Amino acid sequence: MSQKSRLLTVLDVITLFLLLVATWMVFFYAPMERVMGQVQRVFYFHVAAGWVGMLGFLVAAVAGGIYLATANRKWDIVEVSAVEIGMVFALINVVTGSIWARPIWNAWWTWDPRLTTATIMLLVYAAYLMLRSGIDDPSRRARFGAVYAIIGFISVPLTFFSARLFRTIHPIVIGSNQPGATGQFDMSPLMVQTFLFSLITFTFIFIVLLWHRIRMGQMADYVEELKLKIGDQ
Amino acid sequence: MDNRPVLVDRPTFWRAMWAIVWKDMAAELRSRELISAMFVFALLVIIIFNFALDLDPGTRTAPSITSGVLWVTFTFAGTIGLNRSMATEKDRGCLDGLLLAPVDRSAIYFGKVIGNLVFMLLVEAILFPIYSILYNVNLFNPGLIFITILGSIGYVAVGTLLASMAVQTRTRDVLLPILLFPIVIPIIIGAVKGSTAFLQGLPMSEIWPYINLLIVFDVVYTTLAFLVFDYIVEE
Repeated sequence: MSQKSRLLTVLDVITLFLLLVATWMVFFYAPMERVMGQVQRVFYFHVAAGWVGMLGFLVAAVAGGIYLATANRKWDIVEVSAVEIGMVFALINVVTGSIWARPIWNAWWTWDPRLTTATIMLLVYAAYLMLRSGIDDPSRRARFGAVYAIIGFISVPLTFFSARLFRTIHPIVIGSNQPGATGQFDMSPLMVQTFLFSLITFTFIFIVLLWHRIRMGQMADYVEELKLKIGDQ
Repeated sequence: MDNRPVLVDRPTFWRAMWAIVWKDMAAELRSRELISAMFVFALLVIIIFNFALDLDPGTRTAPSITSGVLWVTFTFAGTIGLNRSMATEKDRGCLDGLLLAPVDRSAIYFGKVIGNLVFMLLVEAILFPIYSILYNVNLFNPGLIFITILGSIGYVAVGTLLASMAVQTRTRDVLLPILLFPIVIPIIIGAVKGSTAFLQGLPMSEIWPYINLLIVFDVVYTTLAFLVFDYIVEE
């Protein structure tokens, strides 16, 4: 089994540092939003977590496609690692969103398309994990997982557009403003800097976690191999 | 002595597909277990809805209630049908036999889809008049029937694929709805909204978005399932 790469150790330290700086920026560097007050600060990590969630599911779908084409077990490990990390961050995204929505929309939850899509997406990947846990044969588990990761990812935009046939109240901070959205605000330059920094930080967290999780998957495979060897003797 | 290899007459795609559809129809005609199970289950769901939602004469004819109850019923009954249809293939090793046959794998997929679609449409065709009588609403609306067909196609296309996955797992029947429902939510939304719009008699310009959504869903999922089905049945 390969030793932990030095680059990974360096990345660990960089990511931790970035996270500390990002947290400081969110609380002290970014100015307070005039209308919403302190609760607006949740926005920086909320969007960043959502971005990492989507990135994780995209990586999983791509890895699934490569697995189906090559049948190389490495890509199966990448796929399941990306889904697991994506789920954690998608959950953080939904929870932080709820915390913001309570004072701003006066409700923890609304059936807004974005909220609905985010939750259905979480359920898709929960189903993905249940599907995998129900199959013993590793190659079948990998094939079915890959197929479901691809179908699940393609269903996300369809869910979004179908839910969008109802009216939305979720603010669109980046891009065009929408009449009727509640909690809309324009970012000042300091806010933009904090926001971009959070995005970069979370992307680093994603890369580091993915790397660690892939390593863990490979080690688990190695342990399985050793177990089989002992069983043979 | 003629040493040329014997050329087996490899059935064409269409012949293989129709053979599978015919097999499902013949088996169903003799046992009648799939359609009767789906139908009785659907009827029970409709009756439970009557009490669960406490539908009085004023609300039960409302278009949104009608399409909602109908689509929940179709979704649940469809799951039963899909599970049963794939489980019978798996149970006595029929699927392995089908896979050994020298036919294109996608012919098996489309054969099963058409079979399942016929069963689902039949159950819907029986339920429509019964629902009309029980709830005193007229469901003989060409638009509503069109939406029902579009919705069923998408549901069955992705449902057949996921059911062939679910039957090969340890948790089988339990897993299918969990795999299927989050994926078919867009089609449920489109079908419910479209059915409501037709029942309300809205102008076509307001109904087109739902029809388009259903068509996009049907095309995307049929294509996708066609592309990946090989990996599901591979041994």
